[in-house]
Amino acid sequence: MAPFADLNTTWFALIGLLWAGYLFLEGFDFGVSVVSPFVSKDEIDRRTCLNAIGPVWDGNEVWLLTAGGATFAAFPLWYARLFNGFYLALFLILLALIARGVSFEFRAKVDDPKWRRTWDWANFGGSLVPAIVWGAAFTDLVHGVPLSPDGRYYAGLIGLLHPVALVGGLASLALFVLHGSVFLSLKTSGALAARARHAAVVSGVAASVLVTAAVVWVAAAGRPAVDGSVPGALPLVIAIVAIAGVVLSTLFIARGNDGRAFLATGVAILALMGAVFARMFPAVLPASNRAANGLTIAGAASQHNTLLVMTVVAAIFTPFVLAYQGWSYWVFRQRLTRPVAPAGTVTTGLPPVATATPAAGSA
Amino acid sequence: MQLLLARWEFSVVTVFHFFFVPLTIGLAFLVALMQTLAYKRGDAGWDRLSRFFGRLFLIEMAVGIVTGIVLEFQFGLNWSAYSVFVGNIFGAPLAIEALLAFFMESTFIGLWIFGRGRLSPRLHLATIWMVSLGTTLSALFILAANSWMQHPVGYKVVHGQAVLTNFWLLLGNPMLWGSFAHTVLGALATAGAVVLGISAWRAHREPRGSEHRNSFLRASRFAAFFTGVATVLVAISGDVQARLMDVYQPMKMAAAEALYTTKSGASFSILTIGNLKQKPIFQIRIPHLLSLIADLSWNGQVQGINNIQAAEVAKHGAGSYIPVIPLTYWSFRVMVGAGILLILLSAWGAWLARGNNLERLGESRWFRRAALWGIALPFIANTTGWIFTEIGRQPWIVYGLMTTAKGVSTVTTADIALTFIAFILVYTIIGAVDAWLFVRAARLGLDGTGEEAEGAELAGLVY
Repeated sequence: MAPFADLNTTWFALIGLLWAGYLFLEGFDFGVSVVSPFVSKDEIDRRTCLNAIGPVWDGNEVWLLTAGGATFAAFPLWYARLFNGFYLALFLILLALIARGVSFEFRAKVDDPKWRRTWDWANFGGSLVPAIVWGAAFTDLVHGVPLSPDGRYYAGLIGLLHPVALVGGLASLALFVLHGSVFLSLKTSGALAARARHAAVVSGVAASVLVTAAVVWVAAAGRPAVDGSVPGALPLVIAIVAIAGVVLSTLFIARGNDGRAFLATGVAILALMGAVFARMFPAVLPASNRAANGLTIAGAASQHNTLLVMTVVAAIFTPFVLAYQGWSYWVFRQRLTRPVAPAGTVTTGLPPVATATPAAGSA
Repeated sequence: MQLLLARWEFSVVTVFHFFFVPLTIGLAFLVALMQTLAYKRGDAGWDRLSRFFGRLFLIEMAVGIVTGIVLEFQFGLNWSAYSVFVGNIFGAPLAIEALLAFFMESTFIGLWIFGRGRLSPRLHLATIWMVSLGTTLSALFILAANSWMQHPVGYKVVHGQAVLTNFWLLLGNPMLWGSFAHTVLGALATAGAVVLGISAWRAHREPRGSEHRNSFLRASRFAAFFTGVATVLVAISGDVQARLMDVYQPMKMAAAEALYTTKSGASFSILTIGNLKQKPIFQIRIPHLLSLIADLSWNGQVQGINNIQAAEVAKHGAGSYIPVIPLTYWSFRVMVGAGILLILLSAWGAWLARGNNLERLGESRWFRRAALWGIALPFIANTTGWIFTEIGRQPWIVYGLMTTAKGVSTVTTADIALTFIAFILVYTIIGAVDAWLFVRAARLGLDGTGEEAEGAELAGLVY
């Protein structure tokens, strides 16, 4: 029995990894959608922003479905309590993802400025809402929420709007906008890339302040200790790595080093999720009122057989998934450049060092 | 109240989602087939057709994907007691579906959309086949989860949770393979009917003797054969399912015929006017057919609702184990009727196209009209088929183990009402926009589907 008992912890960590992967990937495509109206001067800019994430956003979103499915299978009680409790928060996210998901396809189908503007708003709002709500929800989760003795969260949507969660939500928004702006400056060229870099610096400063504030607040607030949790210093150190990532990314992008900046925001998002999961451990739904009301890994986990099947399936198929998803990023690795002429036809260029980007439009 | 709202919400978001699922599973396959014909034969007509139907496919796929995300979380939102009970078993196929199927379809659809001209034609063709494989795998795993609810296998109940004892039994569930075949063939028939209706309609709009008209007529002929064969196979797989149903869910079988008392050599009613329970006013009956369906024998015994109810009470305690009979009875007939009409429509199209005379197909005004309206048939059959499957097993959410009433979440009525109304509003808007865009894209015809459209796409500016 003993060696298999660890499957619980393994799946807790894997689900943490799935969420981290999801927020890393969809984080930049949320960010691109949110920042697009601020850096786009015309229709071609807007299309370039959307097309920068066009081939990959859908695959990125599947990380969410996988995280959700894995939570359902490995920790049914966690899945049930979490989404039953955070009911309206998840509902808001679902509505946003619906609007966002169809906006990509619908927008391009009618050549009319008003029509495009409508779906631009859907794309923007559909990205803004989850960018905030995911951060707020994970802040609530790690901060702890009030739970009844039978482990149910009862305070509704209002109860989730705790000030610390609001700071967390704004922090995730700023972080994703930074992440997305850096991605955009990496994937585009010329004036658009320059504006994206500028947006990255602004959001980077905001993200540095907000992420630090959220981390300090959660660490200082504390909550009833759960038996078997890791020393508080560990998640804190991981969170400090995340803050360092955000600050470094801002410095890198200010110097025009897109690649390193993207790496740094990526590390920051992964580290933040690492800190969240390390601080929750061994709870999956920590209680803010009484430790015993919280839901733990052991209390929520599926039986050995389910976890074993999942482990085998994941071990066999994950490498293939990572390989073809990675390949798709490789296929679409080029930067997008503005068309030379005439408008409407666009050429793909090599990296902007090699291609002279026309000064058409504005800078 | 929570229960009623949660059930309505689930039925609305699922039925809406399932307009798009069979269409996209089937269209992915048909577009892949068309692109293969274009690639193998260097045929410009099939190339244009594959792009034309590919464009329609993408509009539907977008809605199919976003409405699918809602379903992944519907269990946790409104059915948390159910989720806790079944998570050990139901969660695994869901997670595996995401890992094996969703990643595949979403990644390769991006590659297919944006990879035209960037990948080699051979590789580009492979990406649409991967999309098709992904959508089909997705059906397999979600049906593995559903089939377990219909006929639980490979489990034991420990501390109020169903836990997995044998994963292979889950995948070997006879109900799974019956419904997988039925669903995927139904999806092919759905897309076939759509291709048939649209092609017949568009062919008529193109000038006689033109290349585009010829392409659409070829597509009509192809779709008529394809839909006909697929729908006949749907009927055969449905017949196999009926026998499984008679063994594992006798109540559903009896409800399908509103057969109250056990009978040997039971007849099957095609149409009933009046009360299903007492003596109806008017009925058309085919002798012995129900026994044939249920048991493959002329005088086989089919159990009646009252007898099964008594047996269920003895097994599970007091209560009603009878589904809503009129809904079960009629949904079954509408499904079968729509399927039969679709077979007749396809046969008509195939007959018109006989002897390589495509213009006979193009000139038949009545066929063109029938084919266009016939697009509705598979959607009616798909929807009523699932209503029959899911209503016919009530009151069980997991057959014999958990009733639907016990599965619902502890959220407030106001919360469910809010989400229900919001989903209806959003889905109405999206459904209307989707239908409008679909018709609009179909009206564009084959113009702009050739190489000339590739300028911007080649550069990666597709959206």
